[in-house]
Amino acid sequence: MEAVIQVIGLTKYYNDLLAVDHIDFTVKRGEVFGFLGPNGAGKTTTIRMLVGLTVPTEGTAYINNLDIRKDIVQIKRHMGVVPDTSNLYNELTAWENLQFMAGLYHVPKIDRDERVRELLKTFGLLDRRSTRFGRLSSGLKRRLTIAAALIHNPNILFFDEPTSGLDVMSARSLRSLLRELKETGVTTFLTTHYIEEADQLCERIAIIVKGKIVTLDTPQNLKLKFQRVPTIEVTFSSPIKSLNLGDLEAIDQVKITDNTIRGQAMNVYEAIKALTAIAQEHNVEILHINTINPNLEDAFVRLTGLESEAMMVEKERRGGRG
Amino acid sequence: MREELEGMWHILLKDLKAYYFKPPNISWGILFPLVLALAFTLRNPEGLADMAPGLVAMAALFGTTSMEAIVITFEKRIGALERLMLAPVSLTTILLGKVLGGAVFGMVIAGVMTLISLLFLNMIIIHSFLFILVLILTVLAHSALGALVAVSVKEVFEAQTLSNYFRFPMVFLCGVFLPVEAMPPPIQVLAHFFPLTYTIHAFRQALAGSFILGLLLRDLVALVLFLTAFLILATKLLKRSLK
Repeated sequence: MEAVIQVIGLTKYYNDLLAVDHIDFTVKRGEVFGFLGPNGAGKTTTIRMLVGLTVPTEGTAYINNLDIRKDIVQIKRHMGVVPDTSNLYNELTAWENLQFMAGLYHVPKIDRDERVRELLKTFGLLDRRSTRFGRLSSGLKRRLTIAAALIHNPNILFFDEPTSGLDVMSARSLRSLLRELKETGVTTFLTTHYIEEADQLCERIAIIVKGKIVTLDTPQNLKLKFQRVPTIEVTFSSPIKSLNLGDLEAIDQVKITDNTIRGQAMNVYEAIKALTAIAQEHNVEILHINTINPNLEDAFVRLTGLESEAMMVEKERRGGRG
Repeated sequence: MREELEGMWHILLKDLKAYYFKPPNISWGILFPLVLALAFTLRNPEGLADMAPGLVAMAALFGTTSMEAIVITFEKRIGALERLMLAPVSLTTILLGKVLGGAVFGMVIAGVMTLISLLFLNMIIIHSFLFILVLILTVLAHSALGALVAVSVKEVFEAQTLSNYFRFPMVFLCGVFLPVEAMPPPIQVLAHFFPLTYTIHAFRQALAGSFILGLLLRDLVALVLFLTAFLILATKLLKRSLK
């Protein structure tokens, strides 16, 4: 399939700080491409370089076969961007904001009213058309910001945290809209903190850590990569007091919540044996035992080295082991 | 080119609607020249006709730079300027749209001041076309100066403080109260580094009806050069923010 975004050695330094380190990837036409990473990993810098808000220090990217260093104005004609903040004009109404964007993006005058009405209807804002942007709730502001990015029917969409600030229903309807847009051949590049969202929406996901892409694959393959290390979860009839962590050598990255122990079992048989022994020793029953195949979050956690607070606490208790 | 002009037009209309033509700004736009005229009438009732061109120039200076700097700095803060920078138009077009907004507002304030001067301060304009041409170049040049100040700072209060660094010296150095020729030679040299000097000089010629073509051309060219220089510098600074 034709590459619509081709990133070649893209690099960004802020003085001495290397924010994005020679990254390469391609996004195919009509693909929903996810860009994940912890805070400060270089996601926003990458998206800013691709949309022309930051000049790369080295490397470049081609969007629709046009160079972002030379042809950014032409590229912007076919690109819609939803920034992570809702930054339309407080003093203008929903209708005026979209009319302004339509003019700025060269939507023919004859089509503007219809296009604006259509988008307001799609995003459930038609009855709020005369309300000033500044007076809308944050969820409605987000919806209008997304509508503004779609005003010129772009064939590439950049979403920076698209559902952040949206209520459950709005987030759900945005996800269906993204699927509908995909059907029409629109390419979507999105960054998100919601790993489940990326799992549901994206065909491929790149994970960036400290400015480098550490993996790029389909969500399914990313999960499979970690299937060699299943998670085991056991629930006891009551919490285990004074647990000797030395008894849990067979389980890695142990997380204890109330009467549940969860961790990664390198050897499931040994892990079950150890947990059964603990139950007998503490005179508690095993209510539930389960092995869980890794999900995308597990893959993300392992790749980025990010751990939940509970994991960190547990690690400290174990003297840094595991 | 057509698309760039269209973009500039929409930015201008948006700025007028969202910021400039709001009731508090309109009332300030009328009150400021009124108070200015009244203050000078009370102080010096005889020499008002002489001072009128200076007052019109001062109204244009304050009318353009004050709001222009606020609008751009405010948009920078809330991320709305970045939204404009995502649009398929050049940075120069964005700045020109902004400069036109400030210029229209400055033109309104200077227009009110001109009206007051004509009606109450005995000002007579012999060459109306020349007067309007100078006024247009003045509001454009000073609006571009406002844009330059705004893109070089981060906060609204910084824009105001920085504007005052050159606005107040300009009022005293550029011939608003006293003709430049009557000032000490070093100050006369300094005065020629400010666009307002050329505005007031050209205004006086338009009002008097007699002018030396060479000097008039010098004034007009100087205003065009200031406008161009301020725009180029502002665009460079805005481009640098992308680095």
